[in-house]
Amino acid sequence: MAVTDTQAREARAANIIAFVRAADQEPLPPPMATTGIVGWLRQNLFSTPANVALTIFAVLFLAWLIPPMVKFLFIDAVWSGNDRDACLVTAERPVVGACWGFVRERFAFFMYGFYPISQRWRVDVFFALLAVGIFWMLNLRAPRRDLGAIYFFIVLPIVSFILLRGWPLVGLPVVDTANWGGMLVTIVVATVGIVFSLPIGVLLALGRRSKMPAVRLFSVIFIEFVRGVPLITVLFMASVMLPLFVPDNWQPDKLLRALVGVAMFAAAYMAEVVRAGLQAIPRGQYEGAMAVGLGYWQMMGLIVLPQALRITIPNIVNSYISLFKDTTLVFIVGIFDFLRTIEAARIDPKWATPVTSPTGYAFAALFYFICCYGMSRYARNMEIRLAKGHRR
Amino acid sequence: MSVTGAMEKPKVSPLYDPRVRSVAYQVLLCAIIIFFAYSAVHNAAENLAKAKIASGFDFWNNTAGFDISQSLIEYSTVSTYGRAFWVGLLNTLLVAALGIVLATILGFVIGIMRLSKNWVVSRVAGGYVELIRNLPLLLQLLFWYNAVLKALPEMRDSFNLPWGSFLNNRGLFIPQPIGTDGFGLVWIALLVGLIGSFLFRSWAKKRQEKTGQQAPVFLVSLALIVGLPIVVFLARGMPLEFVYPERGRFNIRGGIEVLPEFVALLFGLVIYTAAFIAEVVRAGILAVSHGQTEAAYSLGLRPGPTLRLVVIPQAMRVIVPPLTSQYLNLTKNSSLAVAIGYPDLVQIFTGTVLNQTGQAVEVVAITMAVYLSISIATSLFMNWYNARIALVER
Repeated sequence: MAVTDTQAREARAANIIAFVRAADQEPLPPPMATTGIVGWLRQNLFSTPANVALTIFAVLFLAWLIPPMVKFLFIDAVWSGNDRDACLVTAERPVVGACWGFVRERFAFFMYGFYPISQRWRVDVFFALLAVGIFWMLNLRAPRRDLGAIYFFIVLPIVSFILLRGWPLVGLPVVDTANWGGMLVTIVVATVGIVFSLPIGVLLALGRRSKMPAVRLFSVIFIEFVRGVPLITVLFMASVMLPLFVPDNWQPDKLLRALVGVAMFAAAYMAEVVRAGLQAIPRGQYEGAMAVGLGYWQMMGLIVLPQALRITIPNIVNSYISLFKDTTLVFIVGIFDFLRTIEAARIDPKWATPVTSPTGYAFAALFYFICCYGMSRYARNMEIRLAKGHRR
Repeated sequence: MSVTGAMEKPKVSPLYDPRVRSVAYQVLLCAIIIFFAYSAVHNAAENLAKAKIASGFDFWNNTAGFDISQSLIEYSTVSTYGRAFWVGLLNTLLVAALGIVLATILGFVIGIMRLSKNWVVSRVAGGYVELIRNLPLLLQLLFWYNAVLKALPEMRDSFNLPWGSFLNNRGLFIPQPIGTDGFGLVWIALLVGLIGSFLFRSWAKKRQEKTGQQAPVFLVSLALIVGLPIVVFLARGMPLEFVYPERGRFNIRGGIEVLPEFVALLFGLVIYTAAFIAEVVRAGILAVSHGQTEAAYSLGLRPGPTLRLVVIPQAMRVIVPPLTSQYLNLTKNSSLAVAIGYPDLVQIFTGTVLNQTGQAVEVVAITMAVYLSISIATSLFMNWYNARIALVER
């Protein structure tokens, strides 16, 4: 603050030496090199010679990677067309990028597989019901989330089964699961895995921490066995060994076998996630529950599990992400999932061009990335939310 | 107040006695398991008899009659199924071992890059991790195999790489080193170097504990392990020859042929697992509290020794357990080879052998047993390592 005349006069009047400042000098602005864009660049990118080299290297890498990708996916892309001629190299179009016309034309196939065209509204209704269930479960501010859980874990599976499989009594013709395909199958496999793995996983986790030796032994063997082998062998077991183990006249459906395999596999991993949550609950909670006279199931259901599941939500969602990625493996035992429809469409002679495969894979990557990234963002938000409660 | 009344055992019906209940539950569980096991075995025997499929492991010594595109041991169509099993197992172990080494290197680089103060570098690493972790491995494998390696030029227009290597859609062809007379000495020198560096390390440690003086362990080990074999190699007059791949019109002779399936699988596994390892490494380094670094600086350690002597030993304690489980995941994920046709254990055994013999139970059981033993061996090692490096508290 500048020294005003009045202040100076007052100072003189108070017999204070005039050339000594009575007020603080205003601070100088920070040097240009440490503020603004220049400062940011200097601190973050060019602080040392090694850092400069790293920056140049990284920028070169990005320049090598990004522009060709953008060029292929957007600039040179063909956006429409009816068959392979649209995406072939011709004299007037020497460079062809992604063939999006192919994805557009086969989109219904990618979505429904061989589901009869007249019945595809049933799949759409299923997707809508599922979306409602997911929103209800995931949105913490949604009303009556207890009803949401009943809807998601009990009502939805039954309704979806009737809707997708068909029930002639209510006028829905039966659609054999061999005709299901595409995203429908991927989402059905993932949803069945999600819906069944959590309750079974909770039971296995409780079993592993149980005081009954037989129960504990069974849980440990099941969990360690399934976690010790690759999913493919579990799927092989479900698809070639399961039919041997059941009576001859009851041959389980091919999709059902894969579902059993995926659900078992996911449940074993879920059990370990839940067990970690159970271990994080302090002993006092168990003892408190016992002290007020609750039985085992009341103690678990009312006191321990609500807290344990709450703190493991991020890990549960993470294991759902790997489950979602693992659904692609049903492809190997001959189920027509989304990735399989891409594989089938990309080698179809009608669309066979050099750019068809990359386009198909880019589309598949987009689908899986959106689903998985969405889930991982949700898990991270949950983590931050839960941390807030602890910080207070 | 009847104190004695409290001491008496309260009379409860056996229905509410926890011990009786617990026994009853366990008996029930065992009964259910035995029932299912019995009916499964019974049905399986009946179904197998009906389908006229033999059971037992007699097929092990029968002639396989199919060819395998890559084998580390001698194998031909007249070899037995047992031989085919070993070929598949070795192929699995080969891709897993190479994958683990490469994924560890790439993963550590990416993980450290992600912690870098350099904005561009950390963003590149972050983008890599987010992208790769959110795409299914199978999709990545199919992409590398079908969209990248199969799109390479034909044999005639192969890419010429340095040192007489070729790359085309039939694979990668590299020169084969063959040790001539006296190359065995180099191996001996390597062995001597390894033993020597181990002895030097323990001597240096003992001396440091006694006197506090440090010895240049790293440099001496490097000289012993790398330098000694090179010196021997040069002294013997470089007893090594290369057989270069020679390109014909349709075929390439000589050299080592690396299958495109192998390259695609290795690429896919390394890139996928490295993203997870990067996260493990980042979490491990962040887990070492900043106070440790500050304390080391205030004791006068420079940044290099601080990292080497203070931060990394503590970070490793956090890193190693999840790192081992990533190694295990990589090994198990190598079974996805079946999708692109690399002859690993699953492709050979649960694919071809299962189709030929029809003995699903035995074949799947053997395959699972192999993966289970790998898992158990790894977790035993992990427990041993954990016990060794665990914090020793007073």
